[in-house]
Amino acid sequence: MLDDIAIRVRQNIGIVTAVLLFTILYLLYNLAHPKGFSSAVLVQNGDEIFALAMLAMAQTVPVLASGLDLSVGAVMTMVGCFASYLLTGAGGTPLHLDIFGLHLGLGTFPGGVSGILLGIVVCLAIGALAGFINGCIVVYGRIQPIIATLATGAVYIGIALFLRPTPGGKIDEDLNWALTNSLGDFAATVHIFGDGAAAWFAPIAWIPVPFVLLILIALLVWVPFRRSVLGRAVYAVGSAEGAAYMSGLPIDRAKIAAFTLAGFFAGCGGLFLAIQTSSGNADIPQAGAYTLNSIASVVIGGTSLLGGTGSAIGSIFGAMVLRVISFFFRIFDIAPLLQPLFEGLILLGAVCIGALGVLRVKNTLELFR
Amino acid sequence: MTTASLGLSRDDRPILIAALFILVILVAGTVYTFARFGSAPLLSPTYLLQQLQIGAFLGIVAAGMMMVILIAQIDLSVPWTLAAAAMMATSIGGPLAIPVGLGVGLVVGLINGIGVAYLRVPSMIFTLGVNAVMRGLMVAHTGGYAPQTAATDLMRMLAGDRTLGIPNALFVWAAVSVIVTIILQRTALGRYVYAIGNKEAAAYLAGVDTRRVTVICFVLCGLAAALAGVLLAGYSTKAYQGMGDAYLLPSIAAVVIGGTNILGGRGRYLGTLIGVVLIVLLNSVLSIMDMPEAGRQVIYGLVIIFMLLVYGRGERVTS
Repeated sequence: MLDDIAIRVRQNIGIVTAVLLFTILYLLYNLAHPKGFSSAVLVQNGDEIFALAMLAMAQTVPVLASGLDLSVGAVMTMVGCFASYLLTGAGGTPLHLDIFGLHLGLGTFPGGVSGILLGIVVCLAIGALAGFINGCIVVYGRIQPIIATLATGAVYIGIALFLRPTPGGKIDEDLNWALTNSLGDFAATVHIFGDGAAAWFAPIAWIPVPFVLLILIALLVWVPFRRSVLGRAVYAVGSAEGAAYMSGLPIDRAKIAAFTLAGFFAGCGGLFLAIQTSSGNADIPQAGAYTLNSIASVVIGGTSLLGGTGSAIGSIFGAMVLRVISFFFRIFDIAPLLQPLFEGLILLGAVCIGALGVLRVKNTLELFR
Repeated sequence: MTTASLGLSRDDRPILIAALFILVILVAGTVYTFARFGSAPLLSPTYLLQQLQIGAFLGIVAAGMMMVILIAQIDLSVPWTLAAAAMMATSIGGPLAIPVGLGVGLVVGLINGIGVAYLRVPSMIFTLGVNAVMRGLMVAHTGGYAPQTAATDLMRMLAGDRTLGIPNALFVWAAVSVIVTIILQRTALGRYVYAIGNKEAAAYLAGVDTRRVTVICFVLCGLAAALAGVLLAGYSTKAYQGMGDAYLLPSIAAVVIGGTNILGGRGRYLGTLIGVVLIVLLNSVLSIMDMPEAGRQVIYGLVIIFMLLVYGRGERVTS
């Protein structure tokens, strides 16, 4: 029994390290925070973590299939810009398209609760579609993922800029309030469980909604995918594509599924970011920063960039570690000018410590994988 | 008629197609300007030289990037290596400005190389971290504002002035191109670079000190980025925050459009040269057309995908 646990820990040493690192850092953070261990702090942190956690999950799936997706930040930005048109609530939004000097009316997107729900579905579908296009270009175009997604990323950013040349738009205020606060606020806003006052509900009312969403997405989307044939094929493609092909696994479908799922997760991140900021913003540097941070999260979360090993759950913890580090800057009063330097040094330090294993390698040939 | 019957090798085909595409851009752009303004600025040597002068900075960065891509690595630290070299050069000033700027590139390249070659950290993540550190150092150094220091006369002369009507920056680019071509085609180092890109383990077993070669490639890339930074500071008379951001992705795109395999081991420098010219011309045609940023991004992405669909397709994995 103990042996079994020891083996499992050794097999998942990356994830275990990320979880431990996060737990220690987050405890320290709460101890040092004047209002530590309170729902307010948790809610604020949840809002700050969610988008990056989703992008880290998004990046994980293609990385597992040993392909990098450089378009996750762009997909996030594009979906956010769509959301700023589709989630306005109340009376709905008149949509029109101005292109090549033409003015095309596209009717009115419905408002109200049903309109918002429809808008969410459309936004997530757009994210998944963007990922599906990436997958098709990689599989049928046979272009290296890193360069194909570099190019599609430019296209998606272009679409985002077309939608929102300047930051703007509006998101339904109730939606913003309900999703970026605690479960109690959520229940009160959507009028369930006696407006959140039900006795049984009280013990869990403090939990921040973003964390609940994160867990739901991980349990309802990632875990079933991981256990499906396609999910296993993704891992197989990442560890040995030739062997996966010879074993008759659906490698083409696995790759397309990996990129589609990445687009879906990135879409979730973009949707939340738009809801949180109540606007759409085609911010190119921000998209780039999210893409790069998603790669860093994946590595910190114990997924090999070579593919085949790791998990999206680990990447969530990787993203949380990255974010908690920046929380510390607020607490310990580190001069804002020094923050980027510390962020860089910590990222570099983390990957170097992870790389110290090479010192134990006796046969140099094992280094060249 | 197949490419083989034309006597074209696998590496020549992308270069030829990219060159043809440059002609297409020139013709399409000229037709547009002729129809709209009644003039053909794209065909005037003055305008082309001016565009190439701006393209020289990208060309120098791409030359370094190609060395790294050929050994199946990538260098994401280019933006802030470029900016750091420019900021250091302008703040030191005097005759030491350029050596100090290049020194920054050398040190960054050395760190990148050691991290990738000896610690075996994937270059994607290691150079990303180095980029963040360089950015942090520069933010701390400048206080987050644009540095007030100015480029030295020599830097301005190299980047902005002309000799015999040709911008000096083009001479620098040409010198870098000659050096890279000689390294890749005439030296043992060049052979090692292609060997490592194809299979590092095989190169190692054949007696190549693959780790040293990896370090050298990263140093060359760092130096190229630093040189571009120094020149860019000379061209715009000062260094500024984020001056390197616009060079990372276009330099990778230029290398790949030129037919270099992103997985390393294959590609000719001439292709990178053509790739840079293609991107520069595409940019200038789009700005003549007054294309908004949104349209530029979309066209930019579509061109890369289109070019790669024509000749950059990988082989199907079947074993």
